[in-house]
Amino acid sequence: MTAESAATLAARVPDGACIALAPDYSGCSIATILALAARGARELHLVAVPQLGFQGDVLIGAGCVGIVEAAAVSLGEQGAAPRFQAALRAGTIEMRDATCPAIHAALQAAEKGAPFMPLRGVIGSDLVPNRPDWKVIDNPFGVDDPVLVVPALAPDVALLHAPMADREGNVWIGIRRELMLMAHAARRTLVTVEEIVDGRLLDDPALAAGTIPALYVEAVACVPAGARPNGLFGRYPPDRAALAAYAEMARTEEGFAAWLGRQLATPEAVGA
Amino acid sequence: MSARLEELLVVAIAGMLDGLGHVAVGAASPIPGAAALLARERSGGRLRVSLLGSERHSAFTDGGRELFDCAGQGRIDAFFLGGAQIDGEANINLVGVGDYPRSKVRFPGSFGSAYMYFVVPRVILFALEHSRRNLVPRVDFVSAPGSSPPNVYRPGGPHALVTGKAIFEFDRARRRFRLCSVHPGHDVDEVRAETGFDFDLAPEVPSTPEPDAVSLALVRGSVGAAIAETYPGFARRVLGIGG
Repeated sequence: MTAESAATLAARVPDGACIALAPDYSGCSIATILALAARGARELHLVAVPQLGFQGDVLIGAGCVGIVEAAAVSLGEQGAAPRFQAALRAGTIEMRDATCPAIHAALQAAEKGAPFMPLRGVIGSDLVPNRPDWKVIDNPFGVDDPVLVVPALAPDVALLHAPMADREGNVWIGIRRELMLMAHAARRTLVTVEEIVDGRLLDDPALAAGTIPALYVEAVACVPAGARPNGLFGRYPPDRAALAAYAEMARTEEGFAAWLGRQLATPEAVGA
Repeated sequence: MSARLEELLVVAIAGMLDGLGHVAVGAASPIPGAAALLARERSGGRLRVSLLGSERHSAFTDGGRELFDCAGQGRIDAFFLGGAQIDGEANINLVGVGDYPRSKVRFPGSFGSAYMYFVVPRVILFALEHSRRNLVPRVDFVSAPGSSPPNVYRPGGPHALVTGKAIFEFDRARRRFRLCSVHPGHDVDEVRAETGFDFDLAPEVPSTPEPDAVSLALVRGSVGAAIAETYPGFARRVLGIGG
């Protein structure tokens, strides 16, 4: 495997790409997010699986985003996502509101190579008229049974951070299986990990069940602490003080610029 | 009064969960979470509780979608939803105030509400705030509707609305809330004045019961200790548990 870094992963993401991102509690490659901001990515289409937090707000603040597709966008305990809110007010991003299981269903359709997926509920929600790509059809197997269908969603890139990978590029994600769904559905998967381990993850059935096989993975970069200030399951908790400091600074455009400038000032922050 | 409002709400909500098989609680919901854990304790462990955000009190192993898949199959009996706005037909709005998409105030988004409200039999609406700001005549955006036409598949829907002042039940046939009890320190006139929609009155509207001693001891003991894993701030501030 060639030596990848957050910067080389970011270079693999073209402007305009549709990128699947995990929620804050799962596996977020913040190192690559910062590298995307550093390289000035533009017009990215973010797909939240299914909600978006810190990493989405940073990309929006850095001017990298054109479209946000999410069931919710917030910083959780730290409150509203300030750059998301500002971009909505300014009209600089297009928001495609969804509901959690609709995003899962759309990715599951892509996972199967199927054209769409039906989903119960949602009919009568104002989400439906605002999503021209969703349709309500008659259940072909029922009688007078309207059902929502959502088109398959195959992101160009799934971007995630995980505890470990082996040298073949198999990536262990444990029970955080939304990361598996992202990798299955996306055309390409880019991963940062805490460590590259010896041996083959697929050889141990206990580990293999929670492992994204290398066949889905385009590139892996070893970036210890690559999810910080978010936490990483089983490894480290979120840095609440750092996230609170971000939420405070990002309330203004100037504050966000100062925050980002500080992040990008250190070479390791951009994975160079 | 000897019990805090939060403790009274925990015990009142737990009473709505007695006898169920599986209760799920979403993120950022310490009071419903504690209520579910109390109901589990009182059931002798028969009630299964899935707390999102908890490692110890959640048994899901298939990622973010599993809660929804489980609910779609009818494996979840009760769930909690909030709403920046809730109206008299139990429509809820988690998206924003004003004309969507250029909302004057934007909230995080609908999360799973547009689905869970349809498939979970007993959805309890929970809002600590009780004012005309959040209890409105008509929501500005329907994240999830309170009722559906008869041909729409809908085994689930609103069961009750619990606020910081009162408890309402939802009558699905009449599509209206009915005031069932008012918390100590508040009265029906105040509730009417602070509610932006019309509602029915139960034949008698008693005071919401103070928690019984056994339940209160559990809330301040083992239940509080269990909820502290996911909500340490809540456990410390409200229940006096932890450092």
